Amino acid sequence: MHVRLIRVLGLLAVIVMGLLSVAGPAVAGSVTSDGAESDEAAETCKTANEGYNICVVLVDQAATTEDFPDGAPIEGVTIVVTNPDGEVAEAVTDATGLAAVAVEVGGPHSVELDPDTLPEGSELSNPDQLRLDDVAMFGFSKTVQFPIGLEERTGTSLFVQFSQLVFTGLKFGLLIALAALGLSLIFGTTGLTNFAHGELVSFGGLLTLTFNVGWGVPLLLAIPLAFVAMLLIGFGQEFAFWRPLRKRGTGNIALMIVSIGLAILLRYAFQYVYGSENQQYDQYVTQTPVDIGPLSLFPKELVIMLICVLVLVGVSLALARTRIGKATRAVADNPALASASGINVNTVIALVWIVGTGLAGLSGALLGLDQGIEFQTGQKILLVIFAAVCLGGLGTIWGAMAGAVMVGLFTELSTLVIPSELKNVGALFLLIVILIIKPQGVFGRRERIG
Amino acid sequence: MDWGFILSEAFSAAFGPTAAVFALAAIGLNIHFGYTGLLNFGQAGFMAVGAYGLATSVQTYGLSFWTGLGVACCASIVLALLLGIPTLRLRADYLAIATIGASEIIRLTVASDSLLDTFGGSNGRSGFTGTFADLNPFTDSLDLGLFTLRPYTAWVALVGWVLVALACLITWALMRSPWGRVVKSIREDEEAVRSLGKNVFAYKMQSLVLGGLFGSMAGVVFALDRSAIIPSDVATDTTFYAYAVLLLGGAARVFGPVVGSILFYFVLILLGTFFAQATRGDTPLIPDWLMTSQQSAIMRFILLGAIIIVLMVYRPQGIFGDRRELAIDGR
Repeated sequence: MHVRLIRVLGLLAVIVMGLLSVAGPAVAGSVTSDGAESDEAAETCKTANEGYNICVVLVDQAATTEDFPDGAPIEGVTIVVTNPDGEVAEAVTDATGLAAVAVEVGGPHSVELDPDTLPEGSELSNPDQLRLDDVAMFGFSKTVQFPIGLEERTGTSLFVQFSQLVFTGLKFGLLIALAALGLSLIFGTTGLTNFAHGELVSFGGLLTLTFNVGWGVPLLLAIPLAFVAMLLIGFGQEFAFWRPLRKRGTGNIALMIVSIGLAILLRYAFQYVYGSENQQYDQYVTQTPVDIGPLSLFPKELVIMLICVLVLVGVSLALARTRIGKATRAVADNPALASASGINVNTVIALVWIVGTGLAGLSGALLGLDQGIEFQTGQKILLVIFAAVCLGGLGTIWGAMAGAVMVGLFTELSTLVIPSELKNVGALFLLIVILIIKPQGVFGRRERIG
Repeated sequence: MDWGFILSEAFSAAFGPTAAVFALAAIGLNIHFGYTGLLNFGQAGFMAVGAYGLATSVQTYGLSFWTGLGVACCASIVLALLLGIPTLRLRADYLAIATIGASEIIRLTVASDSLLDTFGGSNGRSGFTGTFADLNPFTDSLDLGLFTLRPYTAWVALVGWVLVALACLITWALMRSPWGRVVKSIREDEEAVRSLGKNVFAYKMQSLVLGGLFGSMAGVVFALDRSAIIPSDVATDTTFYAYAVLLLGGAARVFGPVVGSILFYFVLILLGTFFAQATRGDTPLIPDWLMTSQQSAIMRFILLGAIIIVLMVYRPQGIFGDRRELAIDGR
């Protein structure tokens, strides 16, 4: 009876792999080639001081000459770096405009430019941004930009800004939709609000990191590999952990608190193994942006979105058309009735854990490709995922996906009005508002929730 | 390996200010979760308004310490009302999500760069302890045999434990009053209480305000102990420290949070200091490839997670609790 499901999933895997291998080389080919200058600066930066360096290259981009196609270097500007303990180190830009400050690894550091040392006539393109906080070290060196003489980007009109935000929001929404679908399915079939779902997201990304950076597996193989590993972990946690607990008769609220314990345990176990820095995969980190209409975006972002859409469509089709998919929806709707009609509820729950964990892991692997991965990547988006699931309706399937896209768009578009570091506050407000006015969610059925 | 040092660290954590802070926070949670059955996952939010209420009033607005304390109390009452009016009608798991969301909103707001002048961003607030330190009756370090507390720490500990004693007294008196019986029956069966003509919503709200007030006092003592408050001190993990303390001691028991806090911090700091010691020096007890001294600092969080899981699975009623009196079976 599972043949059809396996066929659908198999087809899906082939499509994703095919897509990756087709899109992969094209993406790889477009990695920045005209960035020789900045590569050179990065190399100098690595070896400027013993140990780790934060570098600033100051050039006046308005004054380009033949010798300096990127702009004339600005000498004698003081750069001050403050580490998390409040210790201060500084350096002055040399004849090539480079200032390298020796720092300890980690961070976040804050990098500040002393405006009094700027020569006459050179002004920062963004005079308000004399200080950059949260500069984290990824490798031996980190180059920080303070644009000078950069002309106002042509067309940062509201329209361009708006469409860029819509794009970013859509991408983020699709990424959290993968995780939200699993969370919603698990809630629907078992009644458990899984607070450890964020850690499953991190786990997928960190496994990809291990495969790619640690073992040298190409990323195109590392992501599917991490996905498969997460499917196995989903199987493992259902059989070794959650099923025995359900058999003991542990109530849902108790299980929810257990999931919090599990989340804390896993999160810090990740930190134990991987450290606390945000890390990047080995491939496709920097790419030349391509311009599509008003948008300027990395090719990898398009690939990420395409994979998300394909997987979501695949899972939706499997849920809608296959026998086991229908059984899953029946259990999510009413476990007792489903069980009475001869559906093996335990098989369905196991499948939901496997697929849900796999999808969360895939979401983390792709998030890592998009913005790097750290031990708390998942925790940071957990409440956004909750917001998505509650917006669509806890336990619903289509609602979770639609809710995720809506929350993604909402968080990004809210930055038009509120400071961007508060964008998650917007999502949390949305979560609380939706719980108050329509707790069953936009797509959920009305039932007793109070 | 200096066992004397490890033990004295563990004892001074168990009887020092930290355990008092989390005992207070857990007494608040006990009123919410243990007695009324409200699954409040936002206790860190109440601690945040307490700590920031004091620190911001004194450092940013130059008000007196006592006004700051008043602001901290008022802020927690306002938060409880704001949070309670919309969310108290929700089912347990929805309430949990809404409250954890609210506490994150508070943390992200005080950490925000756009409010740097008011809340100090990620550097938080400090320098608000002047008046409190001046009142310190301890001139020398307090030597209690097993451990020694510096004068300021001893003063914070004294105030903290006096507040814990007061909170216990209030809880004990309330829970044997008619009010306590109504609140406990809400935990058992909300509909039944409603059918008796009681205003369930009002009782829940009173419970939320009272527990939140204890939470904000925990935040105040926390900020006084560290002489500073930063946003990451009031992250969601802080709430779950309080839950671990409550579940260990036993929910719905007056002294559950107190014993839970002392024991929890004794074990946590004992193991934490042990791992720190075992990874120090040139030839550490635990080899470097297994655990570095940086990693040893993470062990306590891993232990926190493990303690919550084990307690919830094997002894959800904790040391003193009664399993029948625990609102964790859900509906």
